[in-house]
Amino acid sequence: MSRTLSYREAMREAMHEALANDPRVFLMGEDVGRYGGTYAFSKGFLDEFGPERIRDTPLSELGFVGAAIGAALGGMRPIVEVMTVNFSLLALDQIVNTAALYRHMSGGQFSVPLVVRMTTGAGRQLAAQHSHSLEGWYAHIPGIKVLAPATIEDARGMLAPALADPDPVVIFEHAGLFNMEGDLPDTRDDLMVDIRSAKVRRIGTDVAIITHGGSLSKALAAAGQLAAEGISAEVVDLRVLRPLDTAAIVAAVAKCRRAVVVDEGWKSGSLAAEVMARIMENVFYELDAPVARVCSEEVPIPYAKHLEDAALPQPEKIVAAVKGLFA
Amino acid sequence: MNIDHHAPPPPAGPVPWQSDFAVGLLADMVRIRRMEEKSAELYGAGKIRGFLHLYIGEEAVAVGALHALSVEDNIVATYREHAHALVRGMAMSTIMAEMYGRREGCAHGRGGSMHLFDKATRLFGGNAIVGGGLPLAVGLALAAKMQNENRIAACFFGDGAVAEGAFHESLNLAALWKLPVLFCCENNLYGMGTALERSESQTDLCVKAASYNMPALRADGMDIVAVHETTKQAVQRVRESRGPVFVEYQTYRFRAHSMFDAELYRPKAEVEEWKTRGPIHTFSARLKAEGKLTEEQFLALDAAANAEVADAVAFAEAGTWEPVEDLLKDVHTPEGVAP
Repeated sequence: MSRTLSYREAMREAMHEALANDPRVFLMGEDVGRYGGTYAFSKGFLDEFGPERIRDTPLSELGFVGAAIGAALGGMRPIVEVMTVNFSLLALDQIVNTAALYRHMSGGQFSVPLVVRMTTGAGRQLAAQHSHSLEGWYAHIPGIKVLAPATIEDARGMLAPALADPDPVVIFEHAGLFNMEGDLPDTRDDLMVDIRSAKVRRIGTDVAIITHGGSLSKALAAAGQLAAEGISAEVVDLRVLRPLDTAAIVAAVAKCRRAVVVDEGWKSGSLAAEVMARIMENVFYELDAPVARVCSEEVPIPYAKHLEDAALPQPEKIVAAVKGLFA
Repeated sequence: MNIDHHAPPPPAGPVPWQSDFAVGLLADMVRIRRMEEKSAELYGAGKIRGFLHLYIGEEAVAVGALHALSVEDNIVATYREHAHALVRGMAMSTIMAEMYGRREGCAHGRGGSMHLFDKATRLFGGNAIVGGGLPLAVGLALAAKMQNENRIAACFFGDGAVAEGAFHESLNLAALWKLPVLFCCENNLYGMGTALERSESQTDLCVKAASYNMPALRADGMDIVAVHETTKQAVQRVRESRGPVFVEYQTYRFRAHSMFDAELYRPKAEVEEWKTRGPIHTFSARLKAEGKLTEEQFLALDAAANAEVADAVAFAEAGTWEPVEDLLKDVHTPEGVAP
């Protein structure tokens, strides 16, 4: 048996399950309580779990993320919702200088079992300060794990293993996915997702399209168009951005001998650059063409729809990049 | 605004403590002093590297305040934290080994002088980001509250941290959520080389804290009696109210900010003036005058401190290096290990 859920409902259900099953788990963040969550992920939680466990915070990202780290050290299992990646920059010090380093700096005496969730990405005409895709920055930092659920299955199944992880896990949820629907199995055992591996979302033989998060649906759309033109594309969803599943990348590229990396981050210093470097390091001699990438244009994301669309990866750009490998 | 920022003066007259307790606190101050003096010497000799921030002059604060706390309480400190680690109960040899970068140090040489951690004594670092420990202390207090534990979180930070957003966010959150945090501001008048009046529009730090709707007390940080009695009162208020209290300790560091500091920003006469108020010689003179300490006792505790330092140095000298093969250890928690 299966049932149909939206991404939002899947994440809400995952949090509900965690709160119901473990008294150490609590949710904190801006407007997670009375407002019901900026994106309604925690609607109804305040009534069900009470204000001790569903904590509305002040607009104090540095303070409440740091407090969550302290609470994790003190024996709790906090889920912190930072409204968006854009605001997470105000908490970057605590995530990078404290959470990520704590175990190593203390010689292994203390772990920080913390989950930070945040919205990422562009595509909703929210302009430059609300459209960042900075998960690649976070993926640069040793000591944290970085997840990017791009499917209903991952939205539902990544939180439990993230909470079970003894170290900090940062989860990036692309805002363009929240209303997406999909089927999930009914049994809970089938819901757990392995948060160490990438996943092939479409099997192909001619080109590997490697992507994550909000770009996955665009890559799949491009693969559909390419199939109609006789090019069989394999689509790899990285879904774990740190540590990267190098073996999965290598396997897909070795099979297809061509690769396009799609990343909503800006090209310079991007996660796409890291994926390309790993391809060069590991599978260079298997390639039939230089590796290509489709990233955001090097411009702050503009407001006007036509400009925003032009700044972001799109299926047509991916199709063009793939065809370029066969020219 | 309810400004409650002047602690009652310490009881006039004699030191209000039994002789044993008083001498014990004095001995802790001397242990810190001797350890720090030796650390400076070892830095000069190239045995200790990186940054080294000495606590010389401020000993009364850590000793007086930490002795007012319970072993169950959580402690968060700064990068000037050798004293806190020592008073809290970390072995001097472990501290010294860490400063040497040895495997026998508290963090196996991964932290050094600024990152002393000790799970056994609930010391949560050693934090080299100014203000970085404040939110952490708030969270530790939140965890204690949510788990119905009686422990409080004591957070040490300097006057420089008061300019950081983390200070304001943390005091607000602790007061808003009524969390048992003792905010211990070690005001030594300079954030590195910048004097308080050159960085704060309001130099009365108690006024700032009180604006977050919490009691704010002030103590002469050169007087261990004032420090301890004020902290005891503050700790009691935190335990009874289960809400935060702020204490400002007015103190002074006699040495440079770190070993790279030429001290161009403060007059030598100011340093000399503060040295006349040095916490060790003033307190020992007071105890002697009251007949609670003899010169022989003082010499004995000083000799014991020097012997402890010598042992610590010998331990660090004899220490080993963490194998380079273990370089990547403790970036993540090994599988199967509970945090």
